[in-house]
Amino acid sequence: MTMRTMLAAMALASALALPATALARAETVAITGGTVYPVSGPRIPNGTVVIRDGRIAAVGANVAIPVGARRIDARGKIVTPGIINAQTELGLVEVGGERSTRNISGRGIVNADFRPWEGFFSGSAYIASTREDGITTVGIFPTGGLVSGQAAAMDLADGTAAEMVRKAPVGVVATIVTGPRFTSDVDEMTAGDTETAGGGELAQPPASRADALAALRELLEDARFYEWRRARYDSGTLRGLIASRHALEALLDVVKRRQPLIVTADRLDDIDAMVRFARAERIRLVIAGGAEAWKIAPRLAAAHVAVITGAMNNIPETFDRLGQRQDNAALLRRAGVQVALIGNAGGGADEETFNVRNVKYEAGNAVAYGMSHDDALRAVTLGPATILGIADRVGSLAPGKDANLVVWSGDPFEFSTSAEHVFVRGREYRDRSRQDQLIDRYRHLPRTNN
Amino acid sequence: MQRFIRVLAAVLAATFAAVPPPSLAQQTPPSPAPSAGPTPGPGAVSAANTDPYPSTYVPFPSRPLLIKNATLLTAAGPVVRNGSILVRNGKIAAVGASIGTPADAVEVVDARGKYVTPGIVDIHSHMGDYPAPGVSAHSDGNEATNPNTANVWAEHSVWPQDPQFPRALAGGVTTVQVLPGSANLIGGRSAILKVVPARTVQAMKFPGARYGLKMACGENPKRVYAQRGPSTRMGNMAGYRAAWIAAEAYKRRWDAWNATHRGDLPQRDLALETLAGALRGDIYVHMHCYRADEMAQVIDMSHEFGYKVRAFHHAVEAYKIADLLAKEGIIATMWADWGGFKMEALDSVRANIGLVDAAGARATIHSDDPSGIQRLNQEVAKAMFAAKRAGLPVTEDVAVKWMTINPAYALGLDDRIGSLEPGKNADLVLWDGDPFSVYTHAEKTWVDGALLYDRDDPQQNWKTDFELGYVRSAVRK
Repeated sequence: MTMRTMLAAMALASALALPATALARAETVAITGGTVYPVSGPRIPNGTVVIRDGRIAAVGANVAIPVGARRIDARGKIVTPGIINAQTELGLVEVGGERSTRNISGRGIVNADFRPWEGFFSGSAYIASTREDGITTVGIFPTGGLVSGQAAAMDLADGTAAEMVRKAPVGVVATIVTGPRFTSDVDEMTAGDTETAGGGELAQPPASRADALAALRELLEDARFYEWRRARYDSGTLRGLIASRHALEALLDVVKRRQPLIVTADRLDDIDAMVRFARAERIRLVIAGGAEAWKIAPRLAAAHVAVITGAMNNIPETFDRLGQRQDNAALLRRAGVQVALIGNAGGGADEETFNVRNVKYEAGNAVAYGMSHDDALRAVTLGPATILGIADRVGSLAPGKDANLVVWSGDPFEFSTSAEHVFVRGREYRDRSRQDQLIDRYRHLPRTNN
Repeated sequence: MQRFIRVLAAVLAATFAAVPPPSLAQQTPPSPAPSAGPTPGPGAVSAANTDPYPSTYVPFPSRPLLIKNATLLTAAGPVVRNGSILVRNGKIAAVGASIGTPADAVEVVDARGKYVTPGIVDIHSHMGDYPAPGVSAHSDGNEATNPNTANVWAEHSVWPQDPQFPRALAGGVTTVQVLPGSANLIGGRSAILKVVPARTVQAMKFPGARYGLKMACGENPKRVYAQRGPSTRMGNMAGYRAAWIAAEAYKRRWDAWNATHRGDLPQRDLALETLAGALRGDIYVHMHCYRADEMAQVIDMSHEFGYKVRAFHHAVEAYKIADLLAKEGIIATMWADWGGFKMEALDSVRANIGLVDAAGARATIHSDDPSGIQRLNQEVAKAMFAAKRAGLPVTEDVAVKWMTINPAYALGLDDRIGSLEPGKNADLVLWDGDPFSVYTHAEKTWVDGALLYDRDDPQQNWKTDFELGYVRSAVRK
């Protein structure tokens, strides 16, 4: 096996898809009488959803209920696809302040080959607390460096990290925001060691945003250069390249349009520069953060550039985000941009693990600032599913889709509402989260004389 | 709303021409007896709340106002449906289900379908000290040069042009306590501010409010000072105790001198002066503390030195010792659902506030965050419904207290703000719906009866100097 075919085989093996066996143990369930929001189609009053073999077997107003199906009476309730939070650190960071629990960064400046899902913590206490609030799938994003690594989509089902993967990779994550975002956990640990990188590889983080853009340009150029000269690379007769062999292989997924480049950019000029860059390089682009994206919303729509952003940000918190406003997502959606709503626009602390669940309130706030309720629901279901490349399986309620869905006591975005039944891959989860167990334990005081 | 801008200019001019308010004279330290030798200047005498940086706040002009047909969450009793509030001279003149329209009520707001609450009070903010944009030149919130900086005062860092202030006001927040950060065991004095446009922090200071003292438990100090100490929780405790011992001696020296005015003046020490003020009960102790067991140790320490902890901040595990907090009369001020970002935040539960309240301790929401402060109503909603899910009989009229009268009490200002009752300052928020719905906005905010935020008039709303030419859109539209 040549190095080239071996690498191709590795790339294939790393592109995980959900095995059919993961769905096997699910039961047959009929959810009846609820108001069903398929998202991919119009709302169905008094609708029925049938789940069988882990999949949605039927959705509609006049659906035959299979014999022996467990029935859930959803009269007065709302049925939606499971909520998807597209950009989180769930399973990658358990306790933010404890380095030993952080598995979110690669080791250098260009970490295109870093695959964080392989270090995902399936024992995270936040899987149950997130799922019981109706979130069934999350995007997990690496951080640090110019190219942080590859993102993945994980179902919040029981299983090992590999079994939880919905799809991986779903994109290559980069940033052209200079400053602290370049700093990864590993940067701090190995400060001073970066000079050892050889062969012309990028040894220092970019010093400014134009420097970052130039580095991205050179990375894609070297990926293309490398693609046709692997044999010479292996024999050591090729000129120095800006990134490692594995990193260039991963970037070829971007060059070949197999994966989008997901770029954190907030300032208008940065977003505009990335749109131009993507057009020139003929790559697929997703903007994350996108504080000032509203300023060029029609152009983003025309270029089919999706935006992953929040709906609660209105503080000019950096010179990159002076135009940040709460109706950013609504303005983008109104212009036809594919939007995924996330917590705190990816810039924040514990929202990314502890409060991944709060994304539904982000959607509620988006409605309060001009987005239609339908669009907001889409922006936490089918929108992120489309951006993450998993819309063929999840994000909507349609026959044949995997049964990730929620029965809500009311409007999913309201604080008063509870997720009463949560299904992931056709299985209903009812486990008490760690937080529930703490409440149970301390509900009555004093517990003992101590 | 054009009048608002003009009025602002006029009031600012007047403010700077004004004589010091009476509170300064009242709080001037006792002048020494003639026999005591040379007269010391006020800066030489150590006494709590001598108020050397007095408030120059003057309420903005207001007209008599009647809000009618509103649902009133008074924070002083049951919900009032179809209620009215009459405001005169910046104070609440009447509240109730049946108030006629007085002849002098120039402004009448028909609030059908809308709600009114007291202005929100947030006792844990760093606005002004950590302003936006978050540039290093404005990182003025943690004097992380010594584990004990009881000598610093948060107000000396506050930048009144912080764009976070008008956004908080637009979220219905009318009073904040700005605290030094939590890097230090003893962080320094807090500033109690009105959320109003001003050129100086003095013009934001809540007249007559007593100072708070910020202290911090746990992980932050021991992480920041890992190299020089304290580097452990036992080191933290030793550090507080050493400070209280020194403060007690200082207080004794000054008490003796104040009693007789004889002999040399003891040397004034800013840090010990603040700590002595806390020992005397003139300065409230606000202590950042996550873990239940650490709070219990701090309570014992307060007994050891004879002071009171006014409030535990963050108090992520308050629900585990809610009975102890109730017995000690200590307030817990909390997030609805922050957690997990460090080990001491691991056991955060959304029912925390409800569980603390149900145990009979005073519970409040706090933000510690310039984004969260804009939606404290939503944070209370999360906490309220989590409490209901935990089986606690929490109602709206109780939950509203978590963001109004309870934090006002924590500042010792519950006789002036925090509820809709006659005689209170007319700090009011008109909500365009149920404030515990995700879809509801603060529509208008009044401070001392003056309309300072109006969602329907975005062009006239407060815009800080920084925003001019940088932030093109209005605050919230």
